[in-house]
Amino acid sequence: MPAPIIKVDAISKSFGAFKVLDGLSMQVMPGEKLALIGPSGSGKTTILRILMTLEKIDGGHIQVDGEQLYHMERNGQLQPADERHLAKMRQKIGMVFQLFNLFPHKCVMDNVTLAPMLTKGLARTAAEKRAMELLDMVGLADKAKAMPAQLSGGQKQRVAIARALALSPKIMLFDEVTSALDPELVEEVLNVMRKLAAETDMTMLLVTHEMGFAHDFADRVLFFDRGRIVEEGKPDEIFRHPKQERTQSFLKKIIAAGHRV
Amino acid sequence: MTQWSGYLGLILQGALVTIELTLMGSVLALVMAFLAGMGRVSRFFVVRALATTYIEFFRGTSIFVQLFWAYFVLPFARLSLTPLQAGVLALGLNVGAYAAEVVRGAILSVGREQYEACTALNLGRWQGMRHVILPQALLVMLPTFGNNAIELLKATSVVSLISLADLTFQAQVVRSQTGSTLMPFVSVLVIYFALALIISWGIRSLERRMARGLDGVRV
Ligand SMILES: Nc1ncnc2c1ncn2[C@@H]1O[C@H](COP(=O)(O)OP(=O)(O)OP(=O)(O)O)[C@@H](O)[C@H]1O
Ligand SMILES: [Mg+2]
Repeated sequence: MPAPIIKVDAISKSFGAFKVLDGLSMQVMPGEKLALIGPSGSGKTTILRILMTLEKIDGGHIQVDGEQLYHMERNGQLQPADERHLAKMRQKIGMVFQLFNLFPHKCVMDNVTLAPMLTKGLARTAAEKRAMELLDMVGLADKAKAMPAQLSGGQKQRVAIARALALSPKIMLFDEVTSALDPELVEEVLNVMRKLAAETDMTMLLVTHEMGFAHDFADRVLFFDRGRIVEEGKPDEIFRHPKQERTQSFLKKIIAAGHRV
Repeated sequence: MTQWSGYLGLILQGALVTIELTLMGSVLALVMAFLAGMGRVSRFFVVRALATTYIEFFRGTSIFVQLFWAYFVLPFARLSLTPLQAGVLALGLNVGAYAAEVVRGAILSVGREQYEACTALNLGRWQGMRHVILPQALLVMLPTFGNNAIELLKATSVVSLISLADLTFQAQVVRSQTGSTLMPFVSVLVIYFALALIISWGIRSLERRMARGLDGVRV
């Protein structure tokens, strides 16, 4: 049995007086595809943002790939991580945002090559070669010279995925990556994610309201409510035979809203 | 007739001094604006305090006083400047203080999601600033920089008070030599206006060039 690649241990996080995460613990195995579902405000985005170091934690510990994320060991003691440690840990993790967050002043190619050239010291030719492979993988090889403003939402999101992949992270975080898209563009992004899952052994955590996709895609589903994991299990268990009352009523609402499960 | 063209020559010489002051003052103002503007958003308290002090001090005292200090008081500290150096120093520091607030505002106007994308891509603070935030902020700064440069152009006339033969100074010279008020003052009016127009036009074409592609227009 291999060791978990992510170990979240009793973390808590508040915004002001509002406790978003309340002693949350979870583990993710290498290569696992994990779907995080749950009602709005339950803390799904927050846990992804914490893993991406966009948000600090108030208490608890997180281990990523065998090392502490927010702490570092010095003289046998755990201390708060400094910027250098965080930078090292960020190499292991990539994130795709709901609103793409592309750099609007850079063409598609430069969006993808910027970080590898700056953070890994890759030469431009090498970075562009790799970028073309990734753009090809997401079906946008012909858009390398386009500016983000010239792309559709689905194309933007596929560029954002290629951009994150260019740093070869072990773990990819996807936060509702299709929920800002017109319905007819959702599938092209989901297809890229299916391909990623099939062709790589990357660990993938995705927050989604696409229950049908979560069902087919995930190895395991976590149901969040009020900053805690209320129920977890295989997609079939969660979607077909939810045990907890909270899960049942959430899924009922989702189905009533017209989503396929 | 030859006399008039001689007087016009004097005024054009003054115009050259004014242009020189404007260009050199703008360069110093630009440098100060970026230093202090970025200093204002630094995560280090000391840097923020220094930047704030500079900005408040130079916005809070008049350009006349600053110029007199640069020219008449600094020599007591064994720092004698030529009138041109004193003029550039006072103008650059003064306008730089205003422009620093423009830099700061523009940096803050770039959305949080751009900073977060930088973090997610593991760019360092400076790398993100240099390659992602500043290029976008620059576009926001440019129009106001244009205003700042025109303010600086207009403020150059204060150097005539320390006997630097700029456009305004030469106009007075011609006026006292000819007894004519209209000719010198109409000329300087036209020249200041033309210079301001050139600045506006330059900034606008720069803006257009930099905005290309951002709005979806093919580059
Ligand atoms: N920066 C912040 N400041 C204050 N409150 C915040 C902040 N970020 C998130 N919150 C609050 O924390 C709670 C959890 O937010 P989070 O975004 O993690 O929920 P979510 O599960 O992703 O919900 P959704 O499905 O709507 O995206 C929400 O109530 C939200 O309003
Ligand atoms: Mg969310």
